[in-house]
Amino acid sequence: MSDMNASLTYEVHAGDIEQGGSASAALKSELRKMGICEEQARRVGIIAFEGEMNLLLYATNGGTLKAEVTPEAIDITVEDDGPGIDDIDLAMRPGYSTAPDWALNLGFGAGMGLVNMKRNSNFFEIHSHTGKGTLIRCRVNRRKNDAAD
Amino acid sequence: MKFSDVPILLEGEILFDASAGNDVIDKAYAADLLSDVLALTEERTTLITGTISPQVIRVAEILNVIAIIFVRGKRPSQEIIDYAQRLDIPMLTTRKTMFETCGLLYANGVRPCKNRTADE
Ligand SMILES: Nc1ncnc2c1ncn2[C@@H]1O[C@H](COP(=O)(O)OP(=O)(O)OP(=O)(O)O)[C@@H](O)[C@H]1O
Ligand SMILES: [Mg+2]
Repeated sequence: MSDMNASLTYEVHAGDIEQGGSASAALKSELRKMGICEEQARRVGIIAFEGEMNLLLYATNGGTLKAEVTPEAIDITVEDDGPGIDDIDLAMRPGYSTAPDWALNLGFGAGMGLVNMKRNSNFFEIHSHTGKGTLIRCRVNRRKNDAAD
Repeated sequence: MKFSDVPILLEGEILFDASAGNDVIDKAYAADLLSDVLALTEERTTLITGTISPQVIRVAEILNVIAIIFVRGKRPSQEIIDYAQRLDIPMLTTRKTMFETCGLLYANGVRPCKNRTADE
């Protein structure tokens, strides 16, 4: 079971508070069913959740969350078509946040999401263009003893 | 201490008691910001929070949380309670503040879960 390939895609809608986080919770649950260990599924779940909440909070049209499972790794892609991030270094800084007040009431807006995605990844990249959108790719290795930094 | 003893200690009300009924609460993390819970806890833990957004139970699912204690009289929606039931995560609510809740649990042997700080 655990060495099969799978691809899971979820649409995330902008501002959908009721559903926010449900794609990531579903993804984690699917990974556990596939036989992925709790530690790796937890890391993927955290990465996906942070990405999903950012799509919900900041992406004009929402976006997609995708996970590809191979025997080697789980690759998570979070993509939207705008507004994009002006200054990626600033956005990556712990504590930097432009979250609106209603996000704070949900329990978000600490400015920890992007760093937390990076921290839980063995590989992390972010590309963003103002007016075009943001693409984040994260990899969680499946080999044992290959924890993120 | 046992989860079933917590409501007496906190003068709280059980929202959902897990089927096992013998869950041990030996470590906890307290925060209203789910961002902090996601970023700073490093192991399975009991969660003490005043946040009742739909995200709280999804974060609990992803982090495999042991139990949730809602403080300041916060009461999650029935949807959240039903979801917790499906996940078998026990939940209770207390009118006590987060400060007093933590103090009472600490005095009864509950300790911080493994965690980091935001500057690490
Ligand atoms: N997909 C995105 N599109 C546009 N801007 C984004 C996107 N993701 C993040 N940002 C910007 O980067 C900032 C930092 O994001 P990050 O996820 O690290 O923290 P946050 O969402 O503000 O708070 P937290 O994730 O801790 O709840 C955001 O406040 C927002 O300004
Ligand atoms: Mg975020």
